[in-house]
Amino acid sequence: MARMKFLCDADRCIECNGCVTACKNANEVPWGVNRRRVVTLNDGEPGEKSISVACMHCDDAPCAAVCPTDCFYTTTDGIVLHDKDLCIGCGYCFFACPFGVPQFPEQRAFGSRGRMDKCTFCAGGPEEPGSQAEFEKYGANLIAEGMLPACAEMCATKALLAGDGDLVAEIFHHRSTSRDGRPQTWGWATAYGAGLS
Amino acid sequence: MKLIRKHAAAKPSGAALGKPFDRRALIKRSGLTAGGTALAASMPLSMMRRVDAQVSPEAEKGPIEKRTTICSHCSVGCSTIASVQNGVWIRQEPDFDSPINLGGYCAKGASLRAHAKSEKRIKYPMKLEGGQWRRLSWEQAIDEIGDKMLAIREESGPDAFWFSGSCKANNEASYLQAKFSAFWGTNNRDHSARICHSTTVAGVANTWGYGAMTNSYNDMHNCKSMFFIGSNAAEAHPVAMQHVLRGKENGAKIIVVDPRFTRTAAHADQYIRLRPGTDIPLIWGILWHIFENGWEDREFIQQRVYAMDEVRQEVANWTPDKVADVTGASESELYEAARTLAENRPGTIVWCMGGTQHHVGNSNTRAYSILQLALGNMGKSGGGANIFRGHDNVQGATDIGPLCNTLPAYMGFSDNAWKHWCRVWDVEFEDIRSRFDTYSPNGVHRMNVPGIPVSRVVDGIMEDAENLGQRGKLRGIFFQGLSANAIARGPEIQEALGALDLVIVSDPFPTHMVALSDRTDGVYLLPTATQFEQAGTVTASNRSIQVREKILDPLYESKTDSQITYLLAQKFGFADEMFKGIAIESGDHPVWEDVLREINRGAWTIGYSGQSPERLKLHMANKYSFDTTTLKAEGGPCDGETYGLPWPCWGTPEQKHPGTHILWDPSLPVSQGGLPFRARFGTEHEGVNLLAENSWPAESEIQDGHPPVTYGLLRSLGWHADLTPFEMATIAWVGGLTGKPSQTVAEEEIASYRTMESADLDAVAWHTDISGGIQRICLKHNVAPFGNAKARCKVWTFPDPIPVHREPIYTSRYDLVSDYPTYEDMKEVFRVPIRYESIQKDDYSGDYPLVLTTGRLVEHEGGGAETRSTAWLAELQPDMFVEIHPADANDRGLRRGDWVWIEGPEGGRIKLKILVTRRVGRGVVWTPFHFGGWFQGEDREAKYPEGTAPYSRGEAANTVTTYGYDPITQMQETKATLCQIVKAA
Repeated sequence: MARMKFLCDADRCIECNGCVTACKNANEVPWGVNRRRVVTLNDGEPGEKSISVACMHCDDAPCAAVCPTDCFYTTTDGIVLHDKDLCIGCGYCFFACPFGVPQFPEQRAFGSRGRMDKCTFCAGGPEEPGSQAEFEKYGANLIAEGMLPACAEMCATKALLAGDGDLVAEIFHHRSTSRDGRPQTWGWATAYGAGLS
Repeated sequence: MKLIRKHAAAKPSGAALGKPFDRRALIKRSGLTAGGTALAASMPLSMMRRVDAQVSPEAEKGPIEKRTTICSHCSVGCSTIASVQNGVWIRQEPDFDSPINLGGYCAKGASLRAHAKSEKRIKYPMKLEGGQWRRLSWEQAIDEIGDKMLAIREESGPDAFWFSGSCKANNEASYLQAKFSAFWGTNNRDHSARICHSTTVAGVANTWGYGAMTNSYNDMHNCKSMFFIGSNAAEAHPVAMQHVLRGKENGAKIIVVDPRFTRTAAHADQYIRLRPGTDIPLIWGILWHIFENGWEDREFIQQRVYAMDEVRQEVANWTPDKVADVTGASESELYEAARTLAENRPGTIVWCMGGTQHHVGNSNTRAYSILQLALGNMGKSGGGANIFRGHDNVQGATDIGPLCNTLPAYMGFSDNAWKHWCRVWDVEFEDIRSRFDTYSPNGVHRMNVPGIPVSRVVDGIMEDAENLGQRGKLRGIFFQGLSANAIARGPEIQEALGALDLVIVSDPFPTHMVALSDRTDGVYLLPTATQFEQAGTVTASNRSIQVREKILDPLYESKTDSQITYLLAQKFGFADEMFKGIAIESGDHPVWEDVLREINRGAWTIGYSGQSPERLKLHMANKYSFDTTTLKAEGGPCDGETYGLPWPCWGTPEQKHPGTHILWDPSLPVSQGGLPFRARFGTEHEGVNLLAENSWPAESEIQDGHPPVTYGLLRSLGWHADLTPFEMATIAWVGGLTGKPSQTVAEEEIASYRTMESADLDAVAWHTDISGGIQRICLKHNVAPFGNAKARCKVWTFPDPIPVHREPIYTSRYDLVSDYPTYEDMKEVFRVPIRYESIQKDDYSGDYPLVLTTGRLVEHEGGGAETRSTAWLAELQPDMFVEIHPADANDRGLRRGDWVWIEGPEGGRIKLKILVTRRVGRGVVWTPFHFGGWFQGEDREAKYPEGTAPYSRGEAANTVTTYGYDPITQMQETKATLCQIVKAA
């Protein structure tokens, strides 16, 4: 069984934010909600690295472990999705997530923040695939159409890779053989348990 | 240990279970036709679930059509696929077939759909009346504008009006803008290449013949080294970095030279910080090590370079200690760089506006070129001068669009050039001449004199009339696709706008012009279509020409650039003459294919002659067949051709020249895209040979240097016998011996010319023979039409024949001015005076101790009217800011996020937030130049027509930039000036 994974190759990421607007474009994410963002470390100094971060669709997802309504589920392809009809906007997942992924669209009384929103690997949600309801709640379902997440498909430098984990690892290995220094596989071990060795 | 306590039953990602579906079938089923990646194609079928298009609500809205366009932001030329349903752009998909971007996009390219549907557009024609915007119909607008323009023309002559074209317009619209101003009767027309890469065009064309990028983004896979100076490709040309980083993974060493540690520098092997405005000493500092260690390519120089010895003398002055003092780069840094470049050949050089926007810009670009000549890197795959152009069609608009110093195809404004284009246009030369102003000081007709450049429009309005090289001041301006905030000296522009009688803005968005101007009357806004609402061709930085399909009909009441040009031509009564031979559809829409064919018939100098609409469309339809490194098609209908037929694509389309991927590469025959350096500067200078020695393109039948090919040269070789009767007759026509020939002219009618000895006939050359016969014969013999010469390091017609350092006009190192002063003031360059010494005589570095330089952000483009009106981009980069070094901030008691004023020495001031960062060096501050909508502390949102103010507004950097112009091109010096920063109350 294939296992869908993301890998951001920090040696290639140039912080152009193409992945961010590609996500907005595919999913019509509203102003203020960012399912994906690019983080730059050592900004402006030698050693500067940029990494594009969204939900990594972890093997053993901490968000799912802490969710009081058990709204998360993992597809057979290893994509971590959630059911907005069950979400109560408590925010536990936000504290559990090692990548700071969960987004909350509102600020309401008693700490309610509206239903959580996050990257779906462009795989929609529990509604009928390709339906209006699915699109409005979760965004596009490109996976169902045989495409990959818009962010990775549109990445300017092909830094952001998405797809079957083995294939992603193979492409990355191919690149890193011709490079000096330590492979920049930020987040991979946290999400998927093992390093890219 | 597992974190998850209990598992919800695993559900498939597309919940509707069905039979696994083959992707192609699925795509066909849902009405989609193309796309896909290696990754997607290799996905196991179990991952894809059928989406039943029958039940999708989308399907009920009508069929989905796929159309391809080219991103309208930067010059990389990324292709993208739009899904359109019922006239609405519903989805944007990556075009993996494009050999240029391979489906990659930056933030701007990935948000084109939002750009196209922005609600901030100008929706209908409007005029400002008593401070209020009033809606007009198109008829009223064209009528009123036309009448007012005619009145100005009547009273003050055609030179009282100034037209901007646009590097956003497609090639055809751009060419029509140039042609329109000729019919109006003025050379007062220009576009933003003037303030982008004009110094490159002048400097580089004067070195080796053409002023364009010599290789391609894709060819950078083959580099062994890359030297970036004044280019931040990671933000300005993000998709180019795909190729740069592939080159790096292939082993290329990257050196970045910049005052800022840019995002490009973050990927470099070596970063060298320099003080803004010291490019020439830095390059000479590197060359000093190259000469010192004998690393120059002596054979290349001997065969193909003129006057390197004079460079050697100048470089000898730049000892490492001197270079370190002036530039800030140490001896060891520059030695390391020189060694990297010497040991890793071929290497390429990349430069952008960091190098061009200086008052010594033309010298900078020549110094860069000389470095490549010394290393023997020119004309080689993996080498070259990869000069990344700025806007999406700035290359095309420069090649064949409106420039104040030349007719299309860099032919200048001589009578011969005019006569050439009049033949192409099928109009009488005298008729065009009669449209120009008769004001002719010293007997020089204004038709033959460059117009006022875009950088100096402000002076064309404000300078004393007696100092101007025309009858009087400018009274009206027509800005079609140009941002007012792109031009330096904002406060003076504001004053100048107030002095005009008429201001016309033709643009999809109102632009900073509306916010800047304090006028209450006499401003017109014409809603103009974006590039997604029209078809046409666009020339990427690597000279490849791509075709845009129309994605949408023009939104709101918008019209395209070409439509507006046509309507005005009609109003002025010259539409029939101007559009002779160009079909007009739907009343006012010039057919772009016809316009391109006219360009093909005239632009022989740069080989824009072989790229017919049909050939280009074939390339677009077969993108997948082109190699992503060589850009060459392998098999298929375009077999052997280079993608987009990069110019020069010699001869007529029927001659099937494959385009020139790499300029000046003699390892290929001319008929296959090979070339020597162009013979453009004569055959000798002061007794020294300028033609190439022992070097010629493969299979050339002239195995030596030679001058440009003329009919006379053909005759002396006996090759003229191969000319067809029509070609011979055309040459006789161009030579003035007969009238325009018919296609079917018979041999006996022209036989006498074949034996005639006539100087007029002999002078007809490769670039004026509009039959293409001379070029055809050149190709047959694999001879370069433009000759075979040496590149020259010394441009004896320029103020500095060998580039020399001159301190910026406003310099932080005033102590160096005595050794490296600027020029003396000049009386008339392109109709306006330029002041140099009279400004530099005062030392401003005490009151304004910080060097101010400007640059790009990846989320925005140019003046930002489009990108700041695109919600997804505005959200990412909402605020204007200035980068300042921690030491400079602490010296002023400033903290991150504080509001500050930047004050310039000419009185301009801007209010913005600070970003404290070591990205800039101590003593240097940097701001992006994309913002607008504010002026000197005031948000001028109220000045925009209702609902059109961009989401993100801020101070324009150019409100605080200062005077300073290149003497050859009038480039503005916006990359090195001074300022002070104080905390805002």
